[in-house]
Amino acid sequence: MDTLNALVAFSNFVAIPAVAYGSQLALGALGVTLVYGVLRFSNFAHGDTMAFGAMIVVLLTWLLQSWGVSLGPLPTALLALPVGIIVTAGLLVATDQLVYRFYRKHKSPPVIFLIVSLGVMFIMNGLVRFVIGPGDQRFFDGQRFIVSVREFKAMTGLREGLAIKTTQGLTVVTAVIVVAVLFWFLNKTRTGKSMRAYSDNEDLALLSGINPERVVLVTWLIVAALATVAGALYGLDKSFKPFVYFQLLLPVFASAIVGGLGNPVGAIAGGFVIAFSEVTVTYAWKKVLVYALPDQWEPSGLMQLLTTDYKFAVSFVILVIVLLFRPTGLFRGKAL
Amino acid sequence: MKKLLTATAACALLAGAAAAEEIKIGVILGFTGPIESTVAHMGPAADLAIKEVSDSGKLLGGATVTPVHGDTGCIDSAGAVAATERLVTADGVKGIVGGDCSGVTGAMLQNVARPNGVVMISPSATSPGLTTAEDDGLFFRTAPSDARQGKIMADIMMDQGIESAAVTYTNNDYGKGLADAFQAAYEAAGGTVTLSAPHEDGKADYSAEIGALASAGGDRLVVAGYVDQGGSGMVRAALDSGAFDTFQFVDGMISDKLIENFGAEIDGSAGQHPSPSPELAARFKEIAGGNGFEPTYAFAPESYDAAALILLAMQAAGSSEPADYKSKVMEVANAPGEPIQAGELAKALDILAAGGDIDYIGATGVELVGPGEAAGNYREMTVEGGMDKTVGFR
Repeated sequence: MDTLNALVAFSNFVAIPAVAYGSQLALGALGVTLVYGVLRFSNFAHGDTMAFGAMIVVLLTWLLQSWGVSLGPLPTALLALPVGIIVTAGLLVATDQLVYRFYRKHKSPPVIFLIVSLGVMFIMNGLVRFVIGPGDQRFFDGQRFIVSVREFKAMTGLREGLAIKTTQGLTVVTAVIVVAVLFWFLNKTRTGKSMRAYSDNEDLALLSGINPERVVLVTWLIVAALATVAGALYGLDKSFKPFVYFQLLLPVFASAIVGGLGNPVGAIAGGFVIAFSEVTVTYAWKKVLVYALPDQWEPSGLMQLLTTDYKFAVSFVILVIVLLFRPTGLFRGKAL
Repeated sequence: MKKLLTATAACALLAGAAAAEEIKIGVILGFTGPIESTVAHMGPAADLAIKEVSDSGKLLGGATVTPVHGDTGCIDSAGAVAATERLVTADGVKGIVGGDCSGVTGAMLQNVARPNGVVMISPSATSPGLTTAEDDGLFFRTAPSDARQGKIMADIMMDQGIESAAVTYTNNDYGKGLADAFQAAYEAAGGTVTLSAPHEDGKADYSAEIGALASAGGDRLVVAGYVDQGGSGMVRAALDSGAFDTFQFVDGMISDKLIENFGAEIDGSAGQHPSPSPELAARFKEIAGGNGFEPTYAFAPESYDAAALILLAMQAAGSSEPADYKSKVMEVANAPGEPIQAGELAKALDILAAGGDIDYIGATGVELVGPGEAAGNYREMTVEGGMDKTVGFR
């Protein structure tokens, strides 16, 4: 029995990657859930908004790198984030004025909005590929690891290594900060409260003198910030490739729905539920169990519940179960 | 007498018309999709061989040959079949250079080429499954089957003393075929595959896959995927979590991009990919340079050879009809006969017209075996100090 090694192996291959991936999903799901809560439609363009925001950050990072600017151990991309957010906000507000406002005026049903957002998605899709191309782009610099496997082994003398990437640490820290600021904004500020009022009951909010166009504008600004941060962090951690953001849309929506669409707490919980279920259910537990169990119980097989082919099935089975028993999601979002 | 003269004149006219026959060859490759960057060099290579033959004016007594392009999207079977159908029925192509990826190639063969009786020569479909596919003698490839790559990969690893390995493959015909071929050869040679698990391309996160492979263990991770898809994602995740330090790469992974992505991080890794011997490569580079593509790129020489084989077989059969020339493909490709290098297509056409025999060597050292697939010449590489280093040829 070797509890320490078991714990380290578990953290390295399950806990740390899942926490980082969960934070990325949570940030994405927050954006989706805000649009759903305030503007009342499922925004399929969110994945590509993330790609657009990340693209601006990538381009600016390259520019900064060519000027020789660097943040030392941290990636230079962090400096480019604020500008990225501003440009993305510009794009989203323009899209809203040109496209969504028309349908809002006509009080179109949510399903029309959904289809419109699909169209917007394809346009953004094309825009990103037109500017930066469909390939992989690298923009990470600075120190790659907070703790690397070799350092960890040398430090502790354990057989198993533990790695924490700078980007993983950064993702979790940023997610915590962003979520804290968002909750403070929604619960404590006047604008935040007016957004919640508008989300609860549009007519009552109008009667009490809330300007709907302003609420919509602020929502898009927040969504732009969330999407750019999520997109850039994801790109830093894995790599920037436009197509992957489109693929990310699926787990992001699953997270938002599992948590309860329209509920910010739910979006965060949903992100972690999806990330952990994807990693743990398909994990081969042999490595951990070899350390955790007495020698004579050592498993001969891989101790894998499902092969990794079923990774996506797992998150969608959870989605179906949640919708069957709690149609509004874990945290009581709006009923679909 | 007058009637006879008219008849003779008419015959001459007809013969003239026949001599100036215009032949169309379909070049159906993935101009869009996951391997678009590779196809950008394959298409022009095929066009080059077609142009060389057409310009010589020696094919079937002066026929002109033009390429017609179609897109497979590499993974879009429905689109590839539709494009092939259009080229065969509307454009009337007499032979097809393509498809590129193994899945779409199988679909094109079964749904269009066989029903219409058109010859297909693929420059890059390497799935072992195509070896046994029903083809009515219409399908050939200038790329070797991955069954051979699996064998060579197993040999390389056993030679280096690596006796246990985990395998990750891209979840399609190509990845699965290669992974299975490797596992069979490796286990026969005494190695152990701890786990062979697929990965999906273009996914958001690979930590689950790496977790399972790390648990299974092994001295090396075999990555049977694409470098600009999930293959790189898997390598990145394996390196970051310390699950594996060295890798064995297949042809889909070996490119400048691999070195650019990982550099010295993958020192000690090895790989193999189909590649002509250095002499042939140098010769093809000399002939094909300056035509708007990079002759050393993967599968560009194979594409040149595929187009050349179709046209030479036509000359040998004295007909551009697939039913007539399909049986001649193996004859022109293999010994006996006068060896024909790349750039000597006009000479080959002359020999065939005179009733002689040729052994087409071309840009890749073509030698068709089994049901008509290249025997294959592989380059063994290793990564040293962040550079791609050639170990030798097998």
